[in-house]
Amino acid sequence: MMRRFINKWTIWGALLVIAAIWAINVHDWHQLWKISSAPDNVPIVAMLFLVPFFTWMGIKQAVANDRLIVELEKDPKAAKAHHRKVEPWRPGWAREIHVWPYLVRVEFLATVIVTVILFVWSITLNAPLEEPANPNLTMNPSKAPWYFLGLQEMLVYFDPWIAGVVMPSIIMVGLMVFPYVDSNPLGNGYYTLRQRRFALWMFGAGFLQWILLIVIGTFIRGPGWIWFWPGQTWDHNAVVFDKNVDLHDMIAQSAVGKAIGLGFLADNPAKFIFGMLVVGGFFIVGALFFHWLMTVDFKRIRFRRPFKENLFPKNEFEQKLLARTSLLQYLTFQFFAVSVLLALPVKLILRLALTIKYVWVTPWFNI
Amino acid sequence: MADSPEQKEPKQLTTGEDGDKSLVAKVKEGAGALKDRAIDEAKGYSDPQDTQLWKSIFRVSHDRSDPRNRSLAILSNVFLHLHPAKINRDAVRYPFTWGMGGITFYLFIVLTFTGVLLMFYYHPTKADAFRDILYLEHDVPFGKLLRNMHRWAAHLMVITTWLHMFRVVLTGSYKRPREFNWCVGVVLLVLTLLLSFTGYLLPDDQLGFWAVTVGTNMARATPMLGHDGPFGPQLGMTAYNDVRFGLLGGSIVDANALLRSYIWHCIGIPLVASIFMAVHFWRIRKDGGISGPAPVMLESEMKAVAKKK
Repeated sequence: MMRRFINKWTIWGALLVIAAIWAINVHDWHQLWKISSAPDNVPIVAMLFLVPFFTWMGIKQAVANDRLIVELEKDPKAAKAHHRKVEPWRPGWAREIHVWPYLVRVEFLATVIVTVILFVWSITLNAPLEEPANPNLTMNPSKAPWYFLGLQEMLVYFDPWIAGVVMPSIIMVGLMVFPYVDSNPLGNGYYTLRQRRFALWMFGAGFLQWILLIVIGTFIRGPGWIWFWPGQTWDHNAVVFDKNVDLHDMIAQSAVGKAIGLGFLADNPAKFIFGMLVVGGFFIVGALFFHWLMTVDFKRIRFRRPFKENLFPKNEFEQKLLARTSLLQYLTFQFFAVSVLLALPVKLILRLALTIKYVWVTPWFNI
Repeated sequence: MADSPEQKEPKQLTTGEDGDKSLVAKVKEGAGALKDRAIDEAKGYSDPQDTQLWKSIFRVSHDRSDPRNRSLAILSNVFLHLHPAKINRDAVRYPFTWGMGGITFYLFIVLTFTGVLLMFYYHPTKADAFRDILYLEHDVPFGKLLRNMHRWAAHLMVITTWLHMFRVVLTGSYKRPREFNWCVGVVLLVLTLLLSFTGYLLPDDQLGFWAVTVGTNMARATPMLGHDGPFGPQLGMTAYNDVRFGLLGGSIVDANALLRSYIWHCIGIPLVASIFMAVHFWRIRKDGGISGPAPVMLESEMKAVAKKK
């Protein structure tokens, strides 16, 4: 099946082809250079290298630990005798070492290195300084500092009160409840992928979305917050026609919608109830999706009958984890997962690909 | 006592046992004795750790051959006493720790240091702020370097905070008993972002002005507390009494906003952040130090049902 063709050569090859296609389509290298060399964008360019590097470093250790876990799982006798780390250890070695000098010297070295990096960075690159503040001359594009560009980019997809206030609050509280909803006792203090599959995927998805929004905000949004592909010239006179429509209007005015008599959806009480149902439905479907993700055994998925067993095979270990999870933990997780981790990409696709503006329109707020 | 030197001095000069020696010889002899004494004393200082000065500062001898003293080096030092005396032998391995938390704290110190120096040259007023930056860049010795360092250390601190968080997630270090410390960390992350953001306005240039305008415009849409937010107008919110007005000290980004962000940036948030940092570091120790590298647990060892808390 597909799995046979996915190896590191095909992945690198595919990435190379994508990069080549993109490079051929770059019309304006100067524009690209101007964006990525802007002093305040240097950190996000650095992140593009640092995040993959540290991800690789973490995964490398996780894979080594996972190999050890599989080995020990097979051999209970060895599991009892083994010191259970991939780091070397010999009988007779002290399990603990003195902080002075073994840790303090590492810390000292770190401060020296960071200081050197800072000096070099500060000597070679100047902090930006624009014209004096002028309320009568709007900067276009006027961008927040890079670490807030994710929020600013969210303004495209949600109304300001959601993007600027509700979403950040939910993300903050969501991060804080993370340790309380993760009922998995394994993987405490060591890198592992196999024992914490779901938790890591969820956090990784959130982290990736955040970085993605920042990258879009930094490299893609140009004057008027219009979408310019990397390498496209920023056209200050570009105008984009607002062709986004609300979901209920889209259905009510479509040929199919008219044919089956859904024209009433554009009217007032109907569109309110319709939107509420859609949002409610989204939460239910989203929760089911996460439940499936939580328990499924990916290796046993097959696209054949009977679908119930082949599309939803249960992973025994994940089932065990779910049994340890209290109802409160489960529901709390589902709320945060659906309203941020899923809502964000779904709204992004709705807005960018399907030109849907709002799904729920009320006199007080629009979602 | 008062009269004895008077009696001795004329005696030493004229009579006594050495009376027949010349004055030069006597001085020479005295100097020789003094020299011997000085050399003798200096030998005692050859090990600075044996001096009274050293002992008064460091309280204990740091004789390197005694392992107990390695512990005392940590325990009896106010800056190092946050560390335990001994740690897990693998916990100093860089691939495990990444060192990002420590680097973040170091950057906070760098920022405090450069920030205090910058404060000597900066007035948070509309008339002076921008000119002060120009002055700093062109006239103050190393002023440009100072400003650059403050700027880039701030950006770096945001990056290291994120990477620190990333490492904590990957190693599951937020798990029991460290859940609460994770929450403190999330607060510190937000404070770091706010610190950086409030500093953005201070040069009073177009970049900061419009970034803060965009940022605070979101606040006007706060539900119930902003005049553009859901249920805001119904609760009597206007541009002159809502949460944005409180943040800016006015309805537009102007002199008051500059002053407010200066005070939040230099005093308010660093103070709050320091308190949270103290809790964060203290809790690391109380929760058992760094989480690993811990021995791996096996899936088969997991109990089916969580034990009652």
